[in-house]
Amino acid sequence: MRHPRLRRALFGLFAVLTACATPVTPSPDYDALMAEMMRASFREQGIAKMDRLMQDASNAECSKSEGGPLSDARSEAIQTANYKSVKMPADGKFIGDWREGERLAQNGRGMTWTDPSTATTANGGGCYNCHELSKAEISFGNIGPSLFNYGKLHGVANPEAPESLPIVDYTWRKIYNSKAFNACSGMPRFGHAGLLSEAQLKHLMALLLDPNSPVNK
Amino acid sequence: MKRIPVAGLLVTAMACALAQQKFGADGIAEYRKMLEDGNPSDLFEARGEELWKKKRGPKNASLEQCDLGKGPGVVKGAFVELPRYFADTKKVQDLESRLLTCMETLQGFDAAEIAKTPFGVGEQVSIEGLVAYVSAESRGSRFNLPQAHADEQKMYELGKRAFFYRAGPYDFSCASCHGEAGKRIRMQELPKLTSDPGDGVGFAAWPAYRLSSGEMWGMQRRLNDCYRQQRFPFPGYGSDVTIALGVYMGVNAKGAQSIAPAIKR
Repeated sequence: MRHPRLRRALFGLFAVLTACATPVTPSPDYDALMAEMMRASFREQGIAKMDRLMQDASNAECSKSEGGPLSDARSEAIQTANYKSVKMPADGKFIGDWREGERLAQNGRGMTWTDPSTATTANGGGCYNCHELSKAEISFGNIGPSLFNYGKLHGVANPEAPESLPIVDYTWRKIYNSKAFNACSGMPRFGHAGLLSEAQLKHLMALLLDPNSPVNK
Repeated sequence: MKRIPVAGLLVTAMACALAQQKFGADGIAEYRKMLEDGNPSDLFEARGEELWKKKRGPKNASLEQCDLGKGPGVVKGAFVELPRYFADTKKVQDLESRLLTCMETLQGFDAAEIAKTPFGVGEQVSIEGLVAYVSAESRGSRFNLPQAHADEQKMYELGKRAFFYRAGPYDFSCASCHGEAGKRIRMQELPKLTSDPGDGVGFAAWPAYRLSSGEMWGMQRRLNDCYRQQRFPFPGYGSDVTIALGVYMGVNAKGAQSIAPAIKR
């Protein structure tokens, strides 16, 4: 084209036509915007480092579903992976001291940026924040189901007996990694996330399953 | 100002004794009612109004020409339309990030420096008063955040995503506590924030006077403490995630009556 003016005019016309052909502005790339917003908005503080913003499959997919259920296939895959992560107690013993368990259940501390250490000894289980357990404690939350009489209702007379093994096995796994049975469970993964030690988990097991525990009175 | 915590403690002690006698929901409702009667937020509001009108900062100017969204100097009704988009900063801003803008442009303060200052220290104390004053000027008004600008819509969508973003050692998101109605942590009732939780609840109850600390908490400090308990890293003061959550909660609370500054234990 030898006429620069004509060329400019045609270009302009072309631009207008293109704009008219795409009247809808493209919707923003929210995944990219979200990732950038989270990265830029937070900083580490004390024990709370930036890697805490990273998501595994459970957290990523359960965030996206906004509280709704995942597909059966994805639930199954996530639960299987979490089930496999569970470590059973090295000595084969599941039941600790329910008194220690009650202390842990009352203690909601740990893992915030104002806590001094990520060591399991610095952490509580925080169970009463979300669950009813013993009748003596009337200040309990209701985000999780009531666990009052948990062992009794499951017919556990002696948690060490072989016939108790199915419920003992399930309870250990549920506390260790709640996502083993519910991909989007709201409960922290106390063993999997390194929040509580094996000994502490055993104390919580005793609180739930020991017939002498106030939970089963 | 030294009288505030003392008065607060007295009210707390009396109300706690009463609540403990009664136990249960009735006792707690009565406790809350007593708190409302003893709300010392008017002292913060008075201090905030003084700070708004006083010539301060390197430029020795007042905040009276600050545009909170309804034009320079208009305070009444501004709070219940925030966060919103501001053409001069080309950003969606909440009350506190907007106050920082005004403190910088009108008074010559360093906004970034104030944003880095810990809560309850230095100019952050001035902000406690200012948010009390500005929010009180909309007391009784209903939330009505604008959503016409593309960036306001974008922030709503990002706020929604942030609300449901699960992560950290506990796998918590905002929705872990505030996604369903009728839930409690221990005895503390939790408003559902994915829809309008009602007049004077949730977004419509902040800023609030905290009896436990004797301080006025703005929404920024409230969100900061939520993220602490969520076991997340530290959200920057006025950072985009806090603004986006403000837009999400504020738009969801459309029509809810503001009681701010409220009073909390």
